[in-house]
Amino acid sequence: MSLNSADIKRIAHLARIEVSNEEAEATLTKLTGILGLIEQMQAVDTTGIVPMSHSQDVTQRLRDDVVTETNQRELFQSIAPAVKDGLYLVPKVIE
Amino acid sequence: MINKSLKQLGAMLQDKEISSVELTQEFLNRIDRLNPEINAFITLDKDKTLAQAKHADSLLAAGKGTALTGLPIGQKDIFVAKGWRTTCGSKMLETFIGPYDADIIERFDGVGAVNLGKTNMDEFAMGSSNETSYFGKVQNPWDRSRVPGGSSGGSAAAVAARLCAAATGTDTGGSIRQPASLCGLSGLKPTYGLASRYGMIAFASSLDQSGPMAKSCEDMALMMNVITGFDQRDSTSLNREKEDYTRDLNKPLAGLKVGLPKEYFAEGLDADVAKVVQEAVAEYKKLGAEIVDISLPNTKLSIPVYYVLAPAEASSNLSRFDGVRYGHRAKEYGDLMDMYCKSRAEGFGAEVKRRILIGAYVLSAGYYDAYYIKAQQIRRLIAQDFENAFKQCDIIMGPTAPSTAFKAGEKADDPVAMYLQDIYTIAVNLAGLPGMSIPAGFAPSEDGKQLPVGLQIIGNYFDEARMLNAGHAYQQVTDWHTQMPEGIE
Repeated sequence: MSLNSADIKRIAHLARIEVSNEEAEATLTKLTGILGLIEQMQAVDTTGIVPMSHSQDVTQRLRDDVVTETNQRELFQSIAPAVKDGLYLVPKVIE
Repeated sequence: MINKSLKQLGAMLQDKEISSVELTQEFLNRIDRLNPEINAFITLDKDKTLAQAKHADSLLAAGKGTALTGLPIGQKDIFVAKGWRTTCGSKMLETFIGPYDADIIERFDGVGAVNLGKTNMDEFAMGSSNETSYFGKVQNPWDRSRVPGGSSGGSAAAVAARLCAAATGTDTGGSIRQPASLCGLSGLKPTYGLASRYGMIAFASSLDQSGPMAKSCEDMALMMNVITGFDQRDSTSLNREKEDYTRDLNKPLAGLKVGLPKEYFAEGLDADVAKVVQEAVAEYKKLGAEIVDISLPNTKLSIPVYYVLAPAEASSNLSRFDGVRYGHRAKEYGDLMDMYCKSRAEGFGAEVKRRILIGAYVLSAGYYDAYYIKAQQIRRLIAQDFENAFKQCDIIMGPTAPSTAFKAGEKADDPVAMYLQDIYTIAVNLAGLPGMSIPAGFAPSEDGKQLPVGLQIIGNYFDEARMLNAGHAYQQVTDWHTQMPEGIE
């Protein structure tokens, strides 16, 4: 597996992070080192091993389907970058 | 007074030798004097802090005080606290004011403890040196040219410089234990699921746990009694009965089986650090412990596994920072996509971006099985290593970090070298086990400074009381944990 800076730009786009060409080059070197480290895993035979997502084998709890949260719209929107009439403002999406 | 433990300060408060307001003011004065250089705290709010101290004094006067009432605690800036600026060490949250309290904040408030301020940390807890913080690096009080470790570096430096009696930390791959080791204090990461993650800004949800950072195991036991407990707001919180972590502190250690993993003493461990750790093990022998040689054969794989799983979870968790509901939004942008991309490019630092990119890559179409599933499979092998080891011993001991504190800037440009700092701590998070670091002595640096060395103690699931017992017994016969750096008077 070897990456080039076009790959970096593609991954960055997936992650919604703008990168310049220079940044992509610099990131490429560091990411290649890290991916080299990760590559050590491929030497291990993991046939038949059940993937482990959590240490404790717990199942999701269910709760009663009742309202537990109170409306705190004003408080939560007080820290938003742009709001109007109780709505979050973003650039126009639908023409 | 600054070197007194939580336990001792608590007794002074109960006996009315000092008030919480006086005690809190003393620490605030020290912060005023020392923090401009050490930079252990990001945010202070003296009015809020002193109001809490005043409230604590009224609780104490009414005879309603408990073990931690009135004691000032530094809170890692990863915990959302209502009305407090909560930055997680990031420009992304530079102006974020917490609209609610994290579970851990509620719990400390609930027992009348005092929030002394929000401590510095690596950005989004991603780092082992505290150099990735947007709010500047933190000095190690033992040698100001060195790093305090990370990511809970601010909490560690604050306790080491006696700017607070104790602090909280979080540990995803070693972020409590490694800075505790590098700064000469005691730090404990509980069993996964014991402490609620509600209101703790998420990095890698299947690994993140909060825990105490203090001067002694006795103090950590008191803090564990507050920190742990079921919380229905955290989907992985474990519904178990409350424990008293002080209950076994004074048990004799005779017959305790201590396992030494050969992989923790192999190549890569600094010889002086190894010597200190071996001396600590010898002390345990004197205390009646029986030493057993064990093996954790997949130790080396814990780093690659971690650097798949943690970035994968981080890339998902950090997708919430989109410049819409809270956090940084770019000043200039075109369409919505451009707003996302620019806001995130500006708000995140280099290391955070790197980890998000790795995460996005290993989760992307065509690579998921080769990386993410593979890592989860090896994660199980790593957990099985411990399961086998605990058939031969009660607790495991070894070094916390491969070296003492390194110079600021030394590894900042080499992520892989930085990641290797966590070689002895990461496997514990992957397995979900409890781990702690306690001061075990000092080792000389290349320029002749004496730097703290941590002894790591790993327990089986839910065995924190036994670990604290082992740590406390050692701290009764040694004084490494009471030593203070020079220049902080």
